[in-house]
Amino acid sequence: MKPIRKEPPTGVRPALSAKSLVKRFGGVAAVDDVTIDVGYGEVVGLIGPNGAGKTTLFDLIAGELKPTSGRIWLDGAAVESAPADSRLAHGLGRTFQIPRPFPGMTLIENVMLGAQGQSGERIWPNWIAPRQVAREERACRDKAMDLLAFVKLDRLAREPARILSGGERKLLELARALMAEPMLLLLDEPAAGVNPSLLEVILERIVEINRRGPAVLVIEHNMDVIVRLCVRVFVMAAGKLLCEGKPEAVVRDPRVIEAYLGGASA
Amino acid sequence: MTFDLIGPIAYASFFLVLALVNALVCLGLNVQWGQTGLFNVGVVGFVAIGAYASALLTTPPSQGRLGGFALPILVGWLAAMVASGAVSAFVGAVTLRLRADYLAITTFGVAVVVQLVALNAQGLTGGAFGVAFIPRPFDSLASTPALYDLANLALIAIVVVVVYVALERLARSPWGRVLRAIREDERAAMALGKNPVRYRLQAFALGGALMGLAGAIGAHFIGFIAPENYTSSLTFQVWAMLIVGGSGNNLGAIIGAGLVWALWSASGLIIADLVPASFEARAAALRIIAIGVLLATMIVVRPRGLIGEKAMVSRHLDKE
Repeated sequence: MKPIRKEPPTGVRPALSAKSLVKRFGGVAAVDDVTIDVGYGEVVGLIGPNGAGKTTLFDLIAGELKPTSGRIWLDGAAVESAPADSRLAHGLGRTFQIPRPFPGMTLIENVMLGAQGQSGERIWPNWIAPRQVAREERACRDKAMDLLAFVKLDRLAREPARILSGGERKLLELARALMAEPMLLLLDEPAAGVNPSLLEVILERIVEINRRGPAVLVIEHNMDVIVRLCVRVFVMAAGKLLCEGKPEAVVRDPRVIEAYLGGASA
Repeated sequence: MTFDLIGPIAYASFFLVLALVNALVCLGLNVQWGQTGLFNVGVVGFVAIGAYASALLTTPPSQGRLGGFALPILVGWLAAMVASGAVSAFVGAVTLRLRADYLAITTFGVAVVVQLVALNAQGLTGGAFGVAFIPRPFDSLASTPALYDLANLALIAIVVVVVYVALERLARSPWGRVLRAIREDERAAMALGKNPVRYRLQAFALGGALMGLAGAIGAHFIGFIAPENYTSSLTFQVWAMLIVGGSGNNLGAIIGAGLVWALWSASGLIIADLVPASFEARAAALRIIAIGVLLATMIVVRPRGLIGEKAMVSRHLDKE
């Protein structure tokens, strides 16, 4: 197993690279000197016991939290102080641990909201260039329909998102995030609380997404999922990065076993 | 037309013109509150800014007061929109990043400041005496009040229809969709690259511009403005209109404006009729009470208003 990497990799510019990230809440360091990277087209796992700081790390990468110190590059651009709504422009899409669909809006609208650079999202084009807006909307709708079909929710396209089950919400979020054509997708526990048959769909879709291009960084507790999806995993515990390596190797690492089981030191 | 019809027609058109001016303010508030959830309790301030901006630009030169550029009325109306929209944008820019409460406090402050400036900046606003000789559209018809009122009614009706259509387009556009998304879940909207502050700012400035336009139209219809026309009871009325008509619904905003204005006018007539002249000033408070009762009843019986917000879908999706 490789030692924990202290420097971002040199040579190929990674899709995501974070260096020495620290996030303190008062005296507690939820994320403590974490350095990770994700290459283009890679599927990388992020595991660790509850409270390890995985979601906090996600929130730092996605811009929902500002790091106390450290740096983040997306596609080579330094973004650590950029607000959350600007990260998508650097190619970062995400889903949430507890899905956040727009409950009162239809599924198709939910997905269409993921589209970027729509002229109709500015005020004036709606008044002075309605044809262009209509044309873009049609293209946007067709693409959103395809994505809903991709996650097998197309039959519910005109229903409000509030009727969806928890697993279906995760699929809807996946489609919505894909609408923006991200270069890197952050998935926060895509398999948690999902029934086995739907889980198969979600896993298949993630593999298929990755085959089409985007890199994926996924938080997951289910090790079967991690082993099936990832070539590489990072393990966090108590805010720190414990180790990094192939999933099969990592689960046998004594430090990891200790962190999960809290047993005697190895 | 027989002679005895002229009086009622003149009164009805006069009433409707003012109702539609209020409807325009109410449409502006609907963009801010109904669609975006921005709590503006200083509506009257933005109306007053529009009224004074247009008045200063279009009145004939007058001694001892700045302005009086005798520009065309239309220029005044546009300037009113720009002035109120710009002040809204400024107020929004400094408060919209903060918690919602601060917008309420700030807008209330703006309304008070505007009124105090109108009252005291004599060289600009004419002080307590206000601004007179504001040019009126169709002034050549003024000798026939019924005709004058009807012509003005037609003009403002056109303005309200244009504004209504423009706002409906926006509500059902991708822009409106983003606004709803931000209202439903701001974090999720941000993860999709939507900047909530920018959208709120746009909605606030747009609403403010409409309030300014309404202020200007009202000022040009009456021909005279003074600080006492712009007190917070106007803000209260417009809020009542929006809540009664249906917050989030443009048609509701217009209908609510008509209803509350009707109640306001009718209660005024009834009080004038029933109460001895020496008590009339004090009895006027009953009119506010009447609106308050209507408002309270509505909130209990029909909290979403007469026509509540509809589930909106992009108009480009509705078509199939």
